[in-house]
Parts: sequence; structure tokens; C-alpha cells
Amino acid sequence: MTAATPAPVSATGSAEAGLVLEDVTLVLGDGDDTVRALDEVSLSVVPGELVAVVGPSGSGKSSLLAVAGALTLPTSGRVVVDGVDTASAGRRGRTRLRRDHIGFVFQSGNLVPALTAADQLRLPGRFGGRREHRDPVELLAEVGIEHKADRRPHQLSGGERQRVGIARALVTGPRVLLVDEPTAALDRQRSQDIVALLAREARTHEVATVMVTHDHDVLHHCDRVYEMIDGSLRAFEG
Amino acid sequence: MFLAIRELRFARARFALMGSVVALIAVLMVLLSGLSVGLVNDGVSGLQKMPVTSFAFEKGVPHDTAFSRSVVPLSAVDEWKKQPGVEDAAPFGNTLANAHSDRGLPVDLALFGVEPGSFVDPTPAEGEPLGEDPHGIVVSQTLLDQGLRIGDTITIDRIGTELHVIGAVDGQHTYGHVDVAYLPLSTWQQIKVGARPGEPVSDTARAEVTAVAVRADGDVDLAAGDKAADTESLTKEKSYGASPGYTAETSTLMLIQVFLYAISALVVGAFFTVWTIQRRQEIAVMRAMGAPTGYLLRDSLVQSLLLLVASAAAGVGVGVGAGALIEGTSMPFALSAPSIVVAAVLLVVLGLLGAAAAVVRITRVDPLTALGGNR
Repeated sequence: MTAATPAPVSATGSAEAGLVLEDVTLVLGDGDDTVRALDEVSLSVVPGELVAVVGPSGSGKSSLLAVAGALTLPTSGRVVVDGVDTASAGRRGRTRLRRDHIGFVFQSGNLVPALTAADQLRLPGRFGGRREHRDPVELLAEVGIEHKADRRPHQLSGGERQRVGIARALVTGPRVLLVDEPTAALDRQRSQDIVALLAREARTHEVATVMVTHDHDVLHHCDRVYEMIDGSLRAFEG
Repeated sequence: MFLAIRELRFARARFALMGSVVALIAVLMVLLSGLSVGLVNDGVSGLQKMPVTSFAFEKGVPHDTAFSRSVVPLSAVDEWKKQPGVEDAAPFGNTLANAHSDRGLPVDLALFGVEPGSFVDPTPAEGEPLGEDPHGIVVSQTLLDQGLRIGDTITIDRIGTELHVIGAVDGQHTYGHVDVAYLPLSTWQQIKVGARPGEPVSDTARAEVTAVAVRADGDVDLAAGDKAADTESLTKEKSYGASPGYTAETSTLMLIQVFLYAISALVVGAFFTVWTIQRRQEIAVMRAMGAPTGYLLRDSLVQSLLLLVASAAAGVGVGVGAGALIEGTSMPFALSAPSIVVAAVLLVVLGLLGAAAAVVRITRVDPLTALGGNR
């Protein structure tokens, strides 16, 4: 066991697969001017599941992704990604955790402008690590844009950019996929296609997927739906 | 390098713009270095080529005009010969004169008066050495390039002293931008005091020279020698400052070059600052994806190194080409490989420092900004 992969933390002694948040509270700001961005949030997503979180702007959806993605440490509570507690992993350990075990899909893809679609998928391999990555061309075919492999982001449509973004997040073979407003810049039909793709990828590759969105039309693709209001998470009643 | 090269290719117009600024500065650097070397050659190559380690001038003489003002007695030469560590000492006379050759060619001369046979008496590459003819002179090769020939007679303006070109030394021998002519000390004294041919030269003038040329080993105590001979010594390198205009020329060019280095480092720094700010969103995304900061910093520095090396190399190439053309003209210009290499390396290293100061911003990019609608 190295510092990057601490011993399994579950009571039974086996690694907790997927994503587990236990009583996570995140207080932002300091002094008198503080905001409880997350208030005792508990959430467990197993591999193969697609969980959606809806809620108004500023309700804490982005904070949820930040703590689940090891970008921020919670003020209290525990975040366990693929068996690793983010608080005990250390700074470098969290960078490695994001590199090797977590995939991010950002709004409108957030691709690197200089890189072709295929190179976007090759980039994570340059960040180090010894894990075998998936074949970029095969993965682009899987998300349906193998014919645009040599196009740069500005030569792709919004939906195509998002497909490249999904493929890029999956190329490292992560156990947890965090998706931030994937349909923000897409029309209705493209939104359906993208979320259907996410659900399919989550299932076939056994990835615990959390999607933050305020697009209620795509929720039927998801296994569970939660609602975030003022930092509290609860089941969403359509 | 993966990202660095692809970005260079992707934003090639922007990088080409930046690269051409660096390349133009490199061209200017090469030309300025050629000009400095050329001016140094023009100013002091005659002194540089003398087998001398120091000159003993008159005590208290101003250092910037030592060669034109100093008068020392011949007796100082014997005093210097006796100093421990001094291998040889000889009288040296220095004066500038206007003249014209018998074929009507106007020539300006730096007359170096030396005792024939002494250690400062040069060995000509062509023609005869000083000695038999008291009015014979050995000139710089550069005078022959200007059309003077061995066997020509040169007449000093106003006083009408006739000098015979009997030999020439190899290469450029100039002093204060004027070609050097070596002549016997007695004739030099005659010209120095302005005596027309046949006019007597006083005994006092016969006993005076400009300085004592000294060749010594490393152990010589110049201060002790100065005390004994009542002189003031300048090492050969320090004596260059006494050549007309030398200090002003070299310090002006040095100032321009220092400014150019500073400007290029700042311009490169400013470019990469803007470039890094433009890339902030993608840097945040890559850091969120688990890119180590070291990887991103290394990649950006490699990118600036590639840009700097390529554009400096292009600039040096153009500069050397232009310099080769200038070298054929009468401009004081000489390309010197070591000084060009030093200039190019300094340009790259300082540019890299400027870029480094800019790309450290990468470490301050918060990967959290990759989330949400921050664009």
C-alpha cells in the first residue's frame, strides 16, 4: 500500500467501489461571512449507476462535484472514491486520484483548443501514471464521432464537443465519472442523445456516474434523481 | 512536448509574430556585436597586436588621453628594464598625422615610433623591417588594401617630412580609427615636435617619448616600477581607454545591448503572460483532470524554449548574412563567432527567464474554475 492508495476504509474491510459521501458538509468563506454550500450530504453511487442531481443555481451542485472529484476537501464528513478517502490521500494523492480514478465531463466539453479530437483523448496519457488507457480511436467510435478524429474543437458542433469530452473522461478507465451540466449548450434532441450515451457508458463500463443538471427532460435516463436545495440533498419528486 | 508542439502549430500566427520580434532583436544583436568588435578593432587593434603587457605613462596623466598627452624621459626606459619581473622595456612614441602619398592618396596615420630592433619593432609580413632607412615606415596591411604600395613615398602635411613605405605588417593594425605606421624613434621625434626636414631637433625633444612599453611576467610589481621610474602604468587592456573615442563608443554600444536584452526578456515575458491568461480555462480543466503542475510548467517552458531557440537561430542567420555584406564595406564591422554565440545564448536564457516568470501563473490557476459556467 502506498500513500496514494490508503487501506480500504469500509467496516467490512473490502474496498468501497464507486463513490461514497458520508455526512459531507462544506463551509465556504471565512469569518462571519460563511455559506454552508453542502449540509450533511450523504450519497452512495455504485459502479454502473447514473445518478442525477438537479436544483437551482447556487444550490451547491458544483460544490458537490468539487468534493466528490477531490478538488476540494469537505469541512466535515467523508468522501471515498474507489475506496480512497480524499482527505487522507494528500495533495499529490488527490491529483493522482483525479488522474487515475475520476473522470470529469465539463460544460460544453471544455476541450483544449489546440488539440484534435483524437489528441484530446491522448492528452491524459501524458499526465503520467502506468495504467493502461483505452484506445482513443476505438473510444471515439463508441461515442459515435470516429469520423471527426482529426478535427479541433472549433471545427466541432456542441454535441460533438460533448461527445469528445465524454470520451476523454472515459479514456483513463475511471471508476467514478462526474458530469457538470452536459446539456447546457445543446438543443433538446442532442441533449437526449448525450445523456442516453452517458447512461449507456456508465452501465457498459461499470462507472459510478453523478450528473449535475437542470434539464428535467433528460432525467428518465437516470437510475436515481436527487434534488439539491440550499446545500441539502433529498430525493427528487418529479 | 505533446501539448507544446501542438499549441505552437495551432496558434502559429501568434507565435510567429512573437518569434519575429525575437528574431529581429537577434538580427540587431548580431549587427551590434559586429559593430562593437569592428569599433574595438578600429580603435585599438594596433595596441592589441603589440607584444606589450603594460605602458608606463607620465605621472598624473589623464587616463582617457594618456597616449596624446604623456611625455616620459628616455631614462625611464632603463629604470623599467631594471625592475624585477620585467622581461623587456622599450621607448614608444605615439602621434597622429595627416599625410598624402606621392600618388595623391590621402592617408591618416597613427605614427608609432619605436627603436629599430627593440621588442616592439614589428616583423613585417611583406617588405623590409625598420632600420637602414631612417625615414622608412612599416604600415598596417589595411593601408595596402586602400591602395598604398610598398615603395610609395608619403609626405606629412604642413611639415613636409617624407616617409618611405618599406614594409607592411599582416592584418589590421589601427589606433583611434587610423591606420598604424611604425617608424624609427628619431624620425617620430622629428615629426612630433613639428621640425621640417633639415631643421634641428632639440636635445630635450630627443630625450622624450610618449611612454615606456613594458613586457613583463605575472610577478611584476607595476606600482614599484612606477615609483622607481616616476611614471604611471596602465596595463595594455586599460590603455585601450586612452585611444580616442574608445570608451565612449564601447560604453554606448554596451548600453544599447543591455537595453535590448532587457527589452527582449520583457517582451517575451509579456507575451507568455497574455498567452497563459488566455489558456487559464484549459489549464484549469487539465489540472482538474489530474495533470501534475510540474508537467504543465515543463510543457510551457519547453514551448518558450522552442520558440526562442528557433527565432534566435533565424535572427542570427539573417544577421550573419547581413553582416557578411557589411564586412565588405568600409564600416568598422567584424563578425566574431564567440560574441555572436554569447549574444544568442543570452537572448535565449533571458527570454526563458521572462517566460518562466509568466508561466508560473499556471500554479495559481484553481482547477475548481473548470466547474460551473466559468468561461
